[in-house]
Amino acid sequence: MSRTGTPRGRRWLLQLGIVIIVVYCLAPFYWMVVSAFRRPNEQGENSWLPSTWSLENFEAVFGPDVGFGRSLLNSLVVAGTTTVLTLIVGTFAAYTLARLNFRFKNAAAGIIIATSMFPGISLIVPLLKLFTEIGWINTYQAMVLPSLSFALPLAVWTLATFFRQMPKELEEAAMVDGLTRGQAFRRVILPLAAPGMFTTAIITFIAAWNEFIIALSMVNDEKMQTATVAISRFTGITGFDSPFGTKMAAGVIVTVPLVIVVLIFQRRIIAGLTAGGVK
Amino acid sequence: MTAPTLPPAVGGNATSSPQRHGRLAAALLSPTFIVLALIILYPLISALRESMYRREDGLDESGFVVEGDRFVGIDNYTEMFTGDAAGRFWNAFFNTTFFTVVGVGIATVIGIAMALVMHHALRGRGFVRASILVPWAVPTAMSAILWQWIFQADGIANEILNTQILWTTEGFQAKLAVLIADTWKTAPFVGLLVLAGLQVIPNDVYEAAKVDGATGWRQFWRITLPLVRPALLVAVLFRVMDVLRIFDLPYVLIGSRKESVETLSMLAFEEANQVRYGPAAAYATVLFLYVAIIAYTFVKLLGADLIGEARVRSKETKRRKEAVPA
Repeated sequence: MSRTGTPRGRRWLLQLGIVIIVVYCLAPFYWMVVSAFRRPNEQGENSWLPSTWSLENFEAVFGPDVGFGRSLLNSLVVAGTTTVLTLIVGTFAAYTLARLNFRFKNAAAGIIIATSMFPGISLIVPLLKLFTEIGWINTYQAMVLPSLSFALPLAVWTLATFFRQMPKELEEAAMVDGLTRGQAFRRVILPLAAPGMFTTAIITFIAAWNEFIIALSMVNDEKMQTATVAISRFTGITGFDSPFGTKMAAGVIVTVPLVIVVLIFQRRIIAGLTAGGVK
Repeated sequence: MTAPTLPPAVGGNATSSPQRHGRLAAALLSPTFIVLALIILYPLISALRESMYRREDGLDESGFVVEGDRFVGIDNYTEMFTGDAAGRFWNAFFNTTFFTVVGVGIATVIGIAMALVMHHALRGRGFVRASILVPWAVPTAMSAILWQWIFQADGIANEILNTQILWTTEGFQAKLAVLIADTWKTAPFVGLLVLAGLQVIPNDVYEAAKVDGATGWRQFWRITLPLVRPALLVAVLFRVMDVLRIFDLPYVLIGSRKESVETLSMLAFEEANQVRYGPAAAYATVLFLYVAIIAYTFVKLLGADLIGEARVRSKETKRRKEAVPA
């Protein structure tokens, strides 16, 4: 690196830039956490730290008539099922795009990437009518199946980049040793691709967990709604407080586990997210 | 690079005749394509059909009660463009376009700036990369509620800015609120993609430029920007597609049926919710066409190369095959 020659002023400017980026990214998130820990009747305070730390908002979130626990469970089931189905179906497609040669390969890749740009509402309108007719409203499958529309292309794309990064010689050697392609895939490629698949699973799960419009459209029963929809519908429960404290607490519950997972695996996730865009 | 003279794979079932691969590829791809056909192609066609029908409850000429869908041809479309609700449609169309152009523009500029800072900074890179993932991991609907809280009349935004703006009420400030919340969540992501593009530029390109006397600013315009262009174009294309279908953010942050922020997705959703499937499907179809046209333009005119990697690979192997006498 030839950065030793950088003038002092520029270095300071860069460090300042770093600070600005961090503040930019974290300040609103910080505000959510701080607001969650305020006492409900001190919600209007705009001090940087709560004057009294309190868990009242969190207690309100899990109050008996809110049913937020159930919403979290629903989110887990929908996002989890979507992720598992996506990986099962998508791994084969990703391997094929990354490793096999066939005519129409570009067309196949193009179609998959094109579907990821599909506006969700265009499939919600007809599916809403269909699901109403067959009685699927307020079911998990009514949320999981449409979620595949964005999860599957995303997973195939991310997985394919991971498969491409693995040396081709590995399978070739395995096949020279007498394994069939299927066996080589199962015994050599899959174990090596496990980290990539895990990363793809995280990315897909987050995408499915954050989904909103499908869950909003397909469910009108409070018991079946997912966490993101539930938070958006929170109304003042206790009456005297503005429900924002409760909403922020619910937001902390919904996002903090994700943020922790993301921070633990940040290198891999960045690799997975950016691999598609960079040649 | 793999040498073009690599011997063909020998032994067992591994001979790579293109036909065999073709069949295997078809078998392995079919689950994905079946799923995509069921959940994307079928709804697409169904929406097209649906958009030509309208729900009718009423009396026909001879006084009988009719209930059900009636074929109306392109009436839903002409109604949308020129009928009573045309104003609402064009407003939503304008809002969608406005959010896309302005939102993606801002996110791109901020994203590039972030990427440059991260690329050149010496300290704190790990930390900054971690924090940049936080907005990405926050669900959009949740971020909308968070910004709603920040933008409260007596909220922190007004206190810091020393203003008394009613951010989430109808008016230009509502558009601004949506743009700010959108930028917060997406600019870091653009930054991440651009950073990855910057990192593959070899350092000697800059060394050579320095020898030739190119200064920082010129370096940026003449070297950095052209070289990150592929990564940037892909990032911008994905952002554009994402904002064109924007729903969660304005819906939760400002609310439904708000003229200043209503987008095409919201309009279609609203109609579907009123069980007016015909017009809803027409709106959704128009949005789909809009998205498709813009994506096509990006790929054709600007040369956004989404499947570049696959293409390079297939060329490479083709060369490999040609080098090997059958």
